[in-house]
Amino acid sequence: MRAFDFSRAESVGSAAQHGNAETAFVAGGTTLLDLVKLDVMRPAAVVDINALPLKTVERLADGRLRIGALVTNTDLAHHPEVKRDYPLLSQALLAGASTQLRNMATTAGNLMQRTRCPYFRDVGSACNKRQPGSGCDARDGINRMHALLGGSADCIAVHPSDMCVALAAIGATLTLEGPAGEREVAFADFHPLPGDTPHIEHDLAADELITALTLDAPLTLDAPLARAGSHYLKLRDRASYEFALASAAVQLNLDGERITEARLALGGVATKPWRASEAEAALVGRPAELASFERAAEIALRDARPLAHNAFKVDLAKQAIVRALRDATRAARQGGTDTQESQA
Amino acid sequence: MNDLTQSTLAQPKVVGQRTPRIDGEFKLTGRAGYTGELSVEGMLYGYPVAASIAHGTLERLELDEALAMPGVVDIFHHANFPRLHRSPNSMGHGDQVSEVRLPFEDERIYYHGQYVALVVAESFAQARAAAQRVVARYRQETGAISSLLDGAHDSHTEGELLEDSGTTRGDPEAAFAGAAVQIDAVYHIAAESHLQMEMHATLAEWRDDGSRLVVHESSQGVFYQRNAMARIFDLAQENIEVISHYIGSGFGNKLFMWPHAVAAAGAARELGRPLKLVLPRAQDMTGGGNRPASRQRLRLGADRDGRLNAVIHDSTTETSLVDRYVDACGSATPSFYACDNLAVSQRILALNHGTPCPMRAPGEVSGIFALETAMDELAVALAMDPVELRLRNYAHEDPESGLPWSSKQLDKCLHSAAERFGWAQRDPGIGAMRDGDEIIGYGMAACTWFAGRQPCQARVELRADGTLFAACGTQDIGTGTYTIVAQTVAELTGVAVADIEVKLGETSLPTGPLSGGSMATATTLPAVAAAVRDALSALKEVATGHGGVFAGVDADSLTVAEGALSDGERSHSFAEVLEAMRLSSVNGQGSSAPGEEKKQYSFRSFGAHFVEVRVDPSISRVRVARVVSSMDIGRAINPPTARNQVEGGIVMGIGMGLFEKLDYDPRDARLINANVADYIVPVHADIPEIDVELLDYPDFKFNEFGARGVGEIGLTGIAPAISNALYHATGKRYRDLPVTIEALLADHASG
Repeated sequence: MRAFDFSRAESVGSAAQHGNAETAFVAGGTTLLDLVKLDVMRPAAVVDINALPLKTVERLADGRLRIGALVTNTDLAHHPEVKRDYPLLSQALLAGASTQLRNMATTAGNLMQRTRCPYFRDVGSACNKRQPGSGCDARDGINRMHALLGGSADCIAVHPSDMCVALAAIGATLTLEGPAGEREVAFADFHPLPGDTPHIEHDLAADELITALTLDAPLTLDAPLARAGSHYLKLRDRASYEFALASAAVQLNLDGERITEARLALGGVATKPWRASEAEAALVGRPAELASFERAAEIALRDARPLAHNAFKVDLAKQAIVRALRDATRAARQGGTDTQESQA
Repeated sequence: MNDLTQSTLAQPKVVGQRTPRIDGEFKLTGRAGYTGELSVEGMLYGYPVAASIAHGTLERLELDEALAMPGVVDIFHHANFPRLHRSPNSMGHGDQVSEVRLPFEDERIYYHGQYVALVVAESFAQARAAAQRVVARYRQETGAISSLLDGAHDSHTEGELLEDSGTTRGDPEAAFAGAAVQIDAVYHIAAESHLQMEMHATLAEWRDDGSRLVVHESSQGVFYQRNAMARIFDLAQENIEVISHYIGSGFGNKLFMWPHAVAAAGAARELGRPLKLVLPRAQDMTGGGNRPASRQRLRLGADRDGRLNAVIHDSTTETSLVDRYVDACGSATPSFYACDNLAVSQRILALNHGTPCPMRAPGEVSGIFALETAMDELAVALAMDPVELRLRNYAHEDPESGLPWSSKQLDKCLHSAAERFGWAQRDPGIGAMRDGDEIIGYGMAACTWFAGRQPCQARVELRADGTLFAACGTQDIGTGTYTIVAQTVAELTGVAVADIEVKLGETSLPTGPLSGGSMATATTLPAVAAAVRDALSALKEVATGHGGVFAGVDADSLTVAEGALSDGERSHSFAEVLEAMRLSSVNGQGSSAPGEEKKQYSFRSFGAHFVEVRVDPSISRVRVARVVSSMDIGRAINPPTARNQVEGGIVMGIGMGLFEKLDYDPRDARLINANVADYIVPVHADIPEIDVELLDYPDFKFNEFGARGVGEIGLTGIAPAISNALYHATGKRYRDLPVTIEALLADHASG
C-alpha cells in the first residue's frame, strides 16, 4: 500500500472538485481497500464520501424508484418497495458477497465494482486493464472464470456484480454530478465493452460522482393485467460467498400461457452486465414452456466465444437461463413474484 | 476410598467427561497472545519480497526507492544475508525442517513465491509498502513444471520410484491377472492448501549480545524448530528458546520450520533488534506448505463373492525442486482389508512449487480416496451392497504385521452409522431416488488413521496454595491439549480443573512431542500422569517424614482423593501437607514412550462415513445434504473437542471432494489463486447436518487412558463417500478431485 492523502467530502460539489485521475472516492471500500493493499490501485488521494446525503430511496411521481448512491446493498435488498416491486433486484443483491460485505457495500460502489480476474489482481501478471498495453495473461492462462461474451483481444475480464445483472434486466438511469453540473446516463451505456481500452470501465469522468440510480418503472406497471414473475439464479462453485460462473436475471409478463414481455440479463459470462435482447425478443409471443426457454438460451449464447477453460460456461449459462425462465414463469403463475432467495 | 494414584483409569471421573476448554476464556477475551499479535520493545517488522516467477534466475534487485522510504531499516537478499548452515533435516535427530534450502541461499528461482528479499522497517505498513517498491528483475526460463496433473507435461510426470517406500506381500500381479473381477482405475487429486486461519509468524529476539535466541513461532513442534535453528545458527540447543503458546491451527504445515523463520532470525541478529515477520496469505500459500497433487492407480482383484485376492496401489505425488517430500498415499492400504496379495509403490515428482508438507491425514486421506472409491466400483461390479463388501473383506488382524488389533470396532461403526443414516432405505438403482429437481445419492466409505506414540516428558508441581501446575513442551494447536492435560491432573489428584494451571509450547519445558499425526493425546497424557504420580509420591514422603502431618505413617498406605492425602482416618489437603513443612511446592517428573505393546498389537482407529448428496442435473449443482459418521478412536478424553475434530475433518473432506484446488498456471507454474476468496473452501452454506458418533471402546492396550487420537481420521473417507454418492445419483464415476461443475456438466451433456 502506498501512502495517500485522505479527506472527507462535505458536499457533492466539494467531492467532485477533488476528483481527478489520481483520486479515489471511498464509500464502503469493499473493492478499493483490497486493491490498494494489493498495489493494484494506487490512488494519490482518497476522498471519503460517506457523509454525503445520498442515502435515501424515494418513489418518483412517474413510478420510478430513485436510489441514493450511498444506500447500502443490505438496505436496498431489504427495502420494502424494492422487495415488492423489484424482487429481482433484491434477490440479486442477496446472492452477492456476504452479509458483512453487503452491510458496507453501496449502490454506487457496486456499479463501480472491479473485476475478480486473478491476473488483474496480481501485479506480477500482464493485464491491459491494470496497465494498458502490458498484455493479457488471462487469454491463454487459467480463464475458467472469464467472459464468453463481450470480450476483446485485450481483455476478457468478467464484470463481477450480481446487482448489475438485475439492473440490466430492470433498466435504470444513473445520475452523475460534476463541475459542469448534473447529467444522466442509461445504465446500459454506463459500462462500455473493453475493446482496446479495457482500462476504461465506466462512462464517468474523474471529476464526476454518481449521486443516484433510478430504476425504470416496474414491468408490471406497463401491463397491469399481466401476471408478472421474476427470478435471479446464480450458479457458482459453492453455495455462498462466491462469484457467479453463470447467472441469469429474468422478468416475465404472462398473458395466459404466452409471454407478453421478457427481460433477460446474464452475469458471470460477460465483460459487462449483459442484456440478452435477442433472446428476449424470441420469447415474446411464445408459450411459457421448456422449448421456448431452451430456444432463448441458445440465442443468448449464440455469440459466445469460449476459451480454453471456460467452454463449460456456455452450457452452464444456458442451464441458468432455462431454469430462471421456468422459475419466473412459476412465480408469475402463482400470481406474483418469486421472493425466495436464490439458493444456487 | 479409591486411591486415585493406583487408578487404571477404567472408571474415570474427569477424563472422558465434557470439560470446557481451560484456555477458552483467554481466546474469547483476546488475552491469548498469538505470535502475530506479540510485540516487544524495539521490535522491527519484516515483509518478504516474493518471486513473481516460478522458474529462472534473479538477475537484479533494484532497492534504491525502497531503501529511501520512511521507516525502512534494511533490505536483506542473496548478496547480504548472513551465510548460515543448513539443518541436517533429520526426523530421527529432531531437526527436520519443512524446506531445507535456506532463504536467499542462491539466485535460482525454484518456485513462485520464493523469497528473494526481506524488507525490514519500523512498522508493518512501512515494510509492506517498501516491499512493493522493490523491483526484482528475473531471467525467466521456459519448462516450468506446473503440476503432476498437467497433461502438457506427461512425459515429465512419471516421477522417481522410491524403492524403500513400497511394500509387497504374496504375488499381487499374478493374483490380479487371474481375478474373476477386476477394478483398474486411475485417480487424481489436486494440490490443496492448508489455509489455516493463523498465518505463519515468527518473532525473533537475540539476547545477551547475540548469544541467545528467543523465537516465538506459530509452531506444531517447538523442539524441532529449536534443534534446527541450533544447527542453522551454530548455537547450542540450550541457547535457543522456541515458544508457541497459542496456535491458530496448523494442519501439518507448522510441524517443521520454514525459511521465513530463518530469514526473521537472521535479519534480527544482523540488525541487533527483535524482528517480527507474519507472512501475508499469498506467501503463506505459495511458500508455507501444501498438500501435493497425487496420481494413483488402484487395481483390485476379487472373486465372485467379493473376496479380495489382489490389491495393487501405485502412487505418485509432487515434491519441490529444493526438498524431497513424500506424501505416502499407500500407507494405510496394506492394513485396510484382508488380502494375501498386495503391492504398494510410491513415486515423487519434483516440480516448480513451494515444498509440499504433511496436511491433515497426509498420504492416507489421498490413498483412502482411491481405495474406497475402487471398493465402491468393485461393489457395483459385483452388484453387492458396499457395506457388505467391506464386511466380507474385514481384516480381523492386521494383514500387514500379522499382529492382532489392540481394539478394532469398524464393524460396529459400519452398522451403527448405516442404521442412523437409513442406509437400508437406499434404492441402489442409479438416479432412482428423486426429490423435485434433485437426484438423491447415497454413498459410504470406511476410513482409518494409524495410532502412534512418541517419547514425552512432563513436570508437575503441587503448590502450597492448593493449585497444581503441569508443564510439557508439546503444543495446543487449537485441538484442546491444554484442557486434556488439566483433566489428567484433575483425575489423578481430585483437584478441580479450575485449580490446575497448564503450560505448553516452550522448549524450556520438559521435552514434548509434535502436535501431529493425531499422536499428541496418547503421547502426552501418560507422561503427565507419570509426573503427577511422581509428585504425589514426593508429597507422601513429605507428609510421612519427620514433622509431617502423617509423620510415622507408611507412605504407601496413604491414599489420594479430592486434593488431599488420607490414612483412612484423617485427611489433609495437599496445601496442609506442604504448609506443615513450610514448603512452597513439591515437584514430579514423568516420562513415557511407546514400549513392548508395539510388538504385540497393531494400533489403528477406524470409522465409517455415510453421505447423502443432492444433484440438480439441470443446473449442474451438487450439495452434500447429510453426513452420518461413526468413529472408533478409543476413548475420547474430552468428548466435545474430540467430536469437534471429527466434524472439522468432515468439513475439510467436503472441501477436498468438491472445492479445493491450488491453480498453477500451466504456462509458468505461477499459483494464481493464492487468496482465501479464489481458493475455494466450504462456507457455512455448504456444510450440512453432520451427525458424529464416537464409539466408546477405550484402547487400554495402547495406553492407560485408552485414547488413540482423533485429529485426522474424520477427514479420511469423506471424499470417497461423496464421490460414491455422486455415482449413485448420476451413474458417473468421479475419480478426480475436486469434483467440479465442469465434470458434472460433461456428465449431463453426455446424458
